[in-house]
Amino acid sequence: MNPDTSPSAFATIVPTVVRGVRLLDPATATDRVTDVIVRDGRATPTDSDTATGLPAVDGHGCWLMPGIVDLAARLREPGATHKATMASELPAALRAGITTVCLPPDTDPVIDNPAIVARISMIAAAAHGARVAILGAVTQHLAGETLAEMSALKTAGCVGVSNAGRPLASARTARRALEYASGLGLTLHVQPLEPSLAQGGCAHDGAVALRLGLPPIPVAAETVALGQWIALAEETGAHIHFCRLSSARGVQLVRDAKARGLAITADVAAHQLFLTEEDVLGFDASCHVVPPLRSAADRDALRAGVVDSTLDALCSDHQPHEPDAKVNPFALTEPGMSTLETLLPLGLQLCDETPLAPLDLVRRLSTAPQAILGLSRPTQGCDWILVDPAASWRLDTTTLASRGHNTPFLGRLFKSRVLRIFSTSPTPL
Amino acid sequence: MIADPQIEANGRLRHLLSIEGLPRTTLVKILDRAEDMAREEQSGTKKLPLLHGRTVVNLFFEPSTRTRTTFELAAKRLSADVVNVQLATSSTTKGETLLDTLRTLESMRVDLFVVRHKASGAAAFFARHATPDVSILNAGDGQHEHPTQALLDMFTLRRHLNGRPFSDLRVAIIGDILHSRVARSDIHALHTLGCRDIRVVGPRTLVPDTFATLGATPYHDFARGVEGANVLMLLRLQRERMIGALLPSAGEFHADFGLTEERLHRLGPDVIFMHPGPINRGVELAGALAYEAPSRILDQVHNGIAVRMAVMAEILGAAR
Repeated sequence: MNPDTSPSAFATIVPTVVRGVRLLDPATATDRVTDVIVRDGRATPTDSDTATGLPAVDGHGCWLMPGIVDLAARLREPGATHKATMASELPAALRAGITTVCLPPDTDPVIDNPAIVARISMIAAAAHGARVAILGAVTQHLAGETLAEMSALKTAGCVGVSNAGRPLASARTARRALEYASGLGLTLHVQPLEPSLAQGGCAHDGAVALRLGLPPIPVAAETVALGQWIALAEETGAHIHFCRLSSARGVQLVRDAKARGLAITADVAAHQLFLTEEDVLGFDASCHVVPPLRSAADRDALRAGVVDSTLDALCSDHQPHEPDAKVNPFALTEPGMSTLETLLPLGLQLCDETPLAPLDLVRRLSTAPQAILGLSRPTQGCDWILVDPAASWRLDTTTLASRGHNTPFLGRLFKSRVLRIFSTSPTPL
Repeated sequence: MIADPQIEANGRLRHLLSIEGLPRTTLVKILDRAEDMAREEQSGTKKLPLLHGRTVVNLFFEPSTRTRTTFELAAKRLSADVVNVQLATSSTTKGETLLDTLRTLESMRVDLFVVRHKASGAAAFFARHATPDVSILNAGDGQHEHPTQALLDMFTLRRHLNGRPFSDLRVAIIGDILHSRVARSDIHALHTLGCRDIRVVGPRTLVPDTFATLGATPYHDFARGVEGANVLMLLRLQRERMIGALLPSAGEFHADFGLTEERLHRLGPDVIFMHPGPINRGVELAGALAYEAPSRILDQVHNGIAVRMAVMAEILGAAR
């Protein structure tokens, strides 16, 4: 993709002038073409004359925006290194403009103690790619029964807690987990999917699953879970982040809860905004994801949710697999897509196809998820990326940097190329 | 829509995976050929040399006696060599993938695999990965389709119609529609042949409203669902899976949706009923009705052989 992707030329910490670039900075609500000095995590518009003596980059036709913060990417390490490793995925993320990825705790072993956090941080630092923000397990072994030592996890560096989509034993456990986490100032990341309604399912409960005879996952699996968690948020005042919404009714529940002033945020995986249940026709296992691809009306409601900021963040929900994981009849394949490298291109496509303004897209990709993870530190600024939004490339197995080639977008033309990363620190980039 | 992998560019039937997507001409051609086969049999010919030297493997990942037997008989009557491979579903969890199983058997120079598997889309999966000289015949994939059952049902109905068009039929499919691959294939086949009145009848847990998208009208009341129908297609109830979870009891199902003498009587003299078997006596129908007129259950079983012979001959390209 990039003419020179060697880390040194691609990512830099040296103060730099970017000339004639479209600066998109949600923090200051800036969207204008200007010369910019990027220094110490800050992008400051400047008069051309004053910015002398610094190395300069031509930014004409390009965007300068905060680095993407991806709220969910499975890196498969530790535990499933036959699928991918941090050494394969973190540089792939960085090349796609993702400067921070948030790792859910369902690694093997699961992230339920400080030793694992330390080990993962160490492997991540050696991978020379995106930074890794770690979510700790909310229950021990993610088994849903006993609370994990969340305070220790926080001290070890976890930015939030989650049960990674695995079930909690009861609503009582859910309530206590929420209370305990919020007492520590930790956000609980919840994938709303009622297990008893979702269990065994692999496709949206609609016309396509019926036609193909695939075990369905009803929309109610999402709304029942949302209803319960919203009630608990209402009672405790705790912050819940809802991950990977998939349905129109789910978006509406979140919108209503936000309107009542609850401390709720939500995200959606970018592919949910472009694919529907129809893409499963022909038993296409590359479209086997959880939550499932739903109806066109659901997709449109998710898009509207992104536009009106009911959905705060766009994420990749990256789940790389080895080829064998998808070589089976549909229901027997492993769910998940490899999506790091389509996150930004799909975001740009969303701007083309909806009223979403580029500055709002940038907010959903960077500052909003950064705030959800509690990583916004005004004094430190953030990473910046220089993007050519018009550069087109074809996604295929030779252009993908991720080891996971399990994407339904193989062969598709995409726009946007990340030309350069301006980092706040030399490591781990 | 996705290009149908069953039909080659020249119109030849490469695989039989589903009734959906099968052109009307192909469907009628199979039924016509099945008539030829049935006539040959009636005239005393038990064995035809059409598939001499070809190898058919019945690859069953689900236990089955009846369907497997009819496929075996059909292949033998066409003079093919037949091997039955019954694999416990668990054997594929021992590290050997479905693809490994296919590759292994393929290398033994098999011409046709007759595949049954509990996963919807399994036949399509095998077809996608099969080498170019190997064909796949779907003998039931999960809850998706069971195309040869639908073909033999259409064969049976066509004989019953005796020259009248399928648009004369008003068909009520009764029972566990949701989990039934037979129901899905029958609905597609009836549509393709021109039947415009298809109802699906059963309790709401087994007959979701989404069936309307397949062109079948859902009913949750037996009397209303069968009103004016002239064909009843009863489906087998998977008792182990249903009772307690999706139905309170087999007795309540029979009381509400079972075919009884009285209900049959009320439908008048023009009605016939069918069942793909094996029947649950006293559940889908009163035991005494099973083989008495107007039951077509034994015709279905009998016709199954001619229809499966016709499908195999079509796929393997044997000239008439």
